[in-house]
Amino acid sequence: MSRALWVGLGALVAVLFAASLLIGPAGLAPVQALSALVWGDALAETLVMREIRLPRAILAMLVGAALGLAGAAMQGYLRNPLAEPGLIGVSGSAALGAVLALQTGLAAAHVLALPFAALGGAVIAVLVILALAGPRGGSITLILAGIAVSALAGALTSLVLNLSPNPFAASEIVFWMMGSLQDRSMTHVWLSAPFIALGAVVLLAQGRKFDALTLGEDTAASMGVHLGRLRLALVMGVASMVGAATAVAGAIGFVGLVVPHLLRPLVGARPSALLPASALGGAVLVLMADIAVRVILPTRDLKLGVLTAIVGAPLFLHLIYKTRRQGQL
Amino acid sequence: MSGLVLTDFSVAHGPCDVLRDISLSVGPGECVGLLGPNGAGKTTLMRAALGLMAHRGQSSISAMPLSLRAKTVAWLPQTREIAWPVTVENLIALGRLPHLAPGGTPGDADKAAIDSAIARMGLEGFRTRIATQLSGGEQARVLIARALAQATPVLMVDEPAAGLDPAHQITLMQTLAREADRGRAIIASIHDLGLAARFCTRLVVLWRGGIVADGPPLSVLTPDLLAEVFHIRAHIAQTEDGVIVQPLGLVS
Repeated sequence: MSRALWVGLGALVAVLFAASLLIGPAGLAPVQALSALVWGDALAETLVMREIRLPRAILAMLVGAALGLAGAAMQGYLRNPLAEPGLIGVSGSAALGAVLALQTGLAAAHVLALPFAALGGAVIAVLVILALAGPRGGSITLILAGIAVSALAGALTSLVLNLSPNPFAASEIVFWMMGSLQDRSMTHVWLSAPFIALGAVVLLAQGRKFDALTLGEDTAASMGVHLGRLRLALVMGVASMVGAATAVAGAIGFVGLVVPHLLRPLVGARPSALLPASALGGAVLVLMADIAVRVILPTRDLKLGVLTAIVGAPLFLHLIYKTRRQGQL
Repeated sequence: MSGLVLTDFSVAHGPCDVLRDISLSVGPGECVGLLGPNGAGKTTLMRAALGLMAHRGQSSISAMPLSLRAKTVAWLPQTREIAWPVTVENLIALGRLPHLAPGGTPGDADKAAIDSAIARMGLEGFRTRIATQLSGGEQARVLIARALAQATPVLMVDEPAAGLDPAHQITLMQTLAREADRGRAIIASIHDLGLAARFCTRLVVLWRGGIVADGPPLSVLTPDLLAEVFHIRAHIAQTEDGVIVQPLGLVS
């Protein structure tokens, strides 16, 4: 059962990754495209494959895995199926950093100004949250601090929009906030991959502690879980992954909420098993969505975040309805 | 030394002490019933002794490093929390977490401890059931089995009998008494004076921040103490079934 799940999810990621490489407006033949990618034997095709499609496919996988894993970790820590990675305010603050880079024109001056500004926003959010949440290891103070930071980041983002000098600047900001993987380069991959990998290592190492939290904070503490350290690891891990994902892709909602929820029954609801499963599931969902935006409206630049929300919200409503019918909610 | 020793133990809640200068020693083989009216500090005493709350004075358990603490004492809080719909077997297996090496999987000793805990709580038919879908009393038994699977020399339980039917209350208390016979030190807060008197080897009464009585059930549960601490009068008798304590009415 569980083995089949890992093989199935792994195979899905591989197939969708290949599909993401082979589908695009350049209309390359699959064999020719792969040959150009691997051997670099055709100038134009190699450029398309190596500079456009490969970074896009890798980023879809990375961003999806980051959102799925961070969502599963947040739900495991808070013991709440409605928790999502944005809850601690990191994605909102990263978005604010990016919006400021767009507004000030820094983003146009240098290609890495926007992602670095977003990462800076995420770092500031982490510092504020840790200062607000206090030294003891409770989860309630963490949620409250997260809500406060999210609200403030949202308000400041609105302020930037409000004061934007012209409608073009405002629309650029709004479009960026919808989330997309279009026109990203390998530079974006190299920028985000270390943060996402680091966050993944930190969060995956906490699996057993999330399992212990199934019995509540008091029992987990009595079973040797240092709650303060766990909370620090959670904030750092989630912020590292979500901050980097937001920096390169913008705000992509619902992945971190829906993926752990979908996969939970398949791993026997164990939080430790849900972490890697949600990483793979998130990669599957974002790869699918990113292929879909290219196929559905190839000429209109449909935004990734819009699609995940349009697909994710009804899916989530369905899950709530199903859970309610089983009398579990 | 496998037990609990508290020395000059005080716990403050804000500016005032909830517990003051308590000294208590519980050794292997003892099943201690912690009694006291609501708000006497029974839960506070246990949580602080475990190191889950700040305190002054010494506790032999909170002085240990976290990992050793988890192998020395199992704690069962009163709030019966099961966050996710995991199977009963997986839930009980959580009790083995403190014994697993980092990155290790449960071995034969762990499986034996889990099976033994399942057998002792009579949960054989429940292994694959989803824990969150059980009744409150069944969940309580599953959580007790989790604490037993932790296989620690000390077991602290907060109101373990609350919400159980009479048969399972008796089974539970017999289980605790048997675990004490096997050499564990048991500390259980209990409101039911009858159960406490029949199954505990020793009763400790908390009142007004201190221990007002400590000893075998019959010497602790005197009419004077029941009147002063609990404001009740009770029928107390030694029968061939053990000590009987039946509260009769209030004293004004």
